[in-house]
Amino acid sequence: MTATNVTFKVFRFDPEKDTEGRYQDYTLAVAPGETILNCVNRIKWEQDQTLAHRFSCGSAICGSCAMKINGHATLVCKTQAMDKVKDGVIRIDPIGNLKPLRDLVVDLTPFWKSFEKVEPWLAPDAHSAPEKERLQTPEQFAKIDNSTTCIMCAACFSDCNVLEVDKRYYGPATLAKAHRFIFDSRDARTEARLRKVTEETGVWDCTHCGECSTRCPTETKPLARINEIRQAAMKAGMHDTSGARHVLGFRETVGKRGLLDENYVPIRSVGFFNLAGLLSLAPVGLRMLARGKNPPFIPHSIEKAGEVRAIFAKREELNK
Amino acid sequence: MKYALFTGCVAKGAGRELLTATMKALAKLGIEAEEMKDAACCGAGVVQEDSHTMAAVLNARTYALAEERGQDIMNICTTCQGVHRQTQRELDDNPAFKALVNKELDATCGRRYEGKVKIRHFYEVLLQEFGIEKLKEKVVRPLTGVKVAPFYGCYAVRPPAEVSDCSDPDDPDELETLIRALGAEPVSYDERLKCCGFPVLMMNKDNSMKMSANAVAGAQKAGADAMVTPCPLCHLNMDAYQPEFGAVMDEEPHLPVLHFPQLVALALGVPGKELGLDKHIVRMEGTIASM
Ligand code: SF4
Ligand code: SF4
Repeated sequence: MTATNVTFKVFRFDPEKDTEGRYQDYTLAVAPGETILNCVNRIKWEQDQTLAHRFSCGSAICGSCAMKINGHATLVCKTQAMDKVKDGVIRIDPIGNLKPLRDLVVDLTPFWKSFEKVEPWLAPDAHSAPEKERLQTPEQFAKIDNSTTCIMCAACFSDCNVLEVDKRYYGPATLAKAHRFIFDSRDARTEARLRKVTEETGVWDCTHCGECSTRCPTETKPLARINEIRQAAMKAGMHDTSGARHVLGFRETVGKRGLLDENYVPIRSVGFFNLAGLLSLAPVGLRMLARGKNPPFIPHSIEKAGEVRAIFAKREELNK
Repeated sequence: MKYALFTGCVAKGAGRELLTATMKALAKLGIEAEEMKDAACCGAGVVQEDSHTMAAVLNARTYALAEERGQDIMNICTTCQGVHRQTQRELDDNPAFKALVNKELDATCGRRYEGKVKIRHFYEVLLQEFGIEKLKEKVVRPLTGVKVAPFYGCYAVRPPAEVSDCSDPDDPDELETLIRALGAEPVSYDERLKCCGFPVLMMNKDNSMKMSANAVAGAQKAGADAMVTPCPLCHLNMDAYQPEFGAVMDEEPHLPVLHFPQLVALALGVPGKELGLDKHIVRMEGTIASM
């Protein structure tokens, strides 16, 4: 098994000298199976001691070493270098949506701060304190098994497409943390927690881009958790948000005729009595009308739509 | 083999030119397809937020209908395709879930999903079944000199284990390969795998517009003459809302966005005016417009 020469194109930034980042190339003989973390360590130890990066355990447990490899965030201790070589090169950047402090080290403050919004600690019912600890059955724990595995590496935060355009968004890891308490059988603040994360900039602002679940090195998979929170909010009757009304719009059209009614759902989502919201739909509606592109005014129905109605009629039962 | 064509809601609503162009392209290629007039909406990830299990029953019904006819499903929307692949993989990988879904499907519709049907997007059918060499032979009007920026749509690539069939979902080249086969030149730009923002259009229009505007601006900066997407939802956001991008961006980008089957049909010799290009909000200029 022979080593292969690989060029590492590494992002460098020195706040005392540079106004913006630049790339520096390092060449290493990479052994088969060698992790990218090992390569970055060797660059620092053998070639350039000025390079700054974060790492600790080297075993995908501490969550310190997330970096962007060829543009996508990953834990470098869990990634083999030879799997990522493109035309002899591996590009390494600091994780995104956060300010680089020096080289591959970013300011994680916004990431840590975002957790404050969801009060990430257990709030059991103070009046029913048990004599010993609060027990959970394996079935109860199964509901939070995934969301408790988060190692706070911020890989999801780095690549989230909504955070790129809106820094106020809760972000995937924070919503997964909310999930961990919303679905905890011992927590007594379920309803308040659900209300909080369904507010503006919460779960309904997630655009399903899937980056978080793709980059997540654990079983947390935030997008799936966000969808579980949304289902819980729908079930709890928290329907007073545009996101929930959007779901109702699907229920009321797909559930009736089998197809989405593109004229009805937008109006349903902004709210029947939201004049400003309704007016904001007018320009695009008129543009489409002018091109003969408007959805048919009399909504289509699929053949055998009765079957679809029967499926939707059993929703309550399936939700259990 | 005849395909069961799953049109999706947009091709029957605000993007009817997508269905027109698909039928023209299929006819030129000699691929037989029959519209599934009895299939329901895939749920678009939204019915899934009402009830994950119910949405799976709804989609298993679609697969059962195709299986009853002995046909494979062809999608023309990346979102439909991604949702279908996600559902099918979950059903196939989780026997307990499949049993539960089939029980409900039987109780409500008297049908059953066996697990035989193949589900592919139109562009995957071209690559995996029709064949790139055969496609090249059918090109009578190569789109020489046209620079096209492919925009994949999230559901083509993420999360890969659930939705993707791309050889490298972090750096796919499926659409680029097809664009080259049609004689055009694929343009590379940073936003080609990003989200267009359509799913949050009704919840946070500002964010949604910014995502689409960034993508269109990125493609334009890279020198594209047009964008092309296999997802009609991306198309809607990037085309129909383009005149409003000035509200979220200093320099308003201006770039036509094509449905992928329109690009194919053009190269196969179908006149532009038969492909509903005039239905788009941002009209074509230059080479393609004169076809
Ligand atoms: S799926 Fe939602 S939370 Fe996850 S990265 Fe995309 S927008 Fe962010
Ligand atoms: S959810 Fe996954 S990617 Fe995000 S911080 Fe936790 S472990 Fe990292």
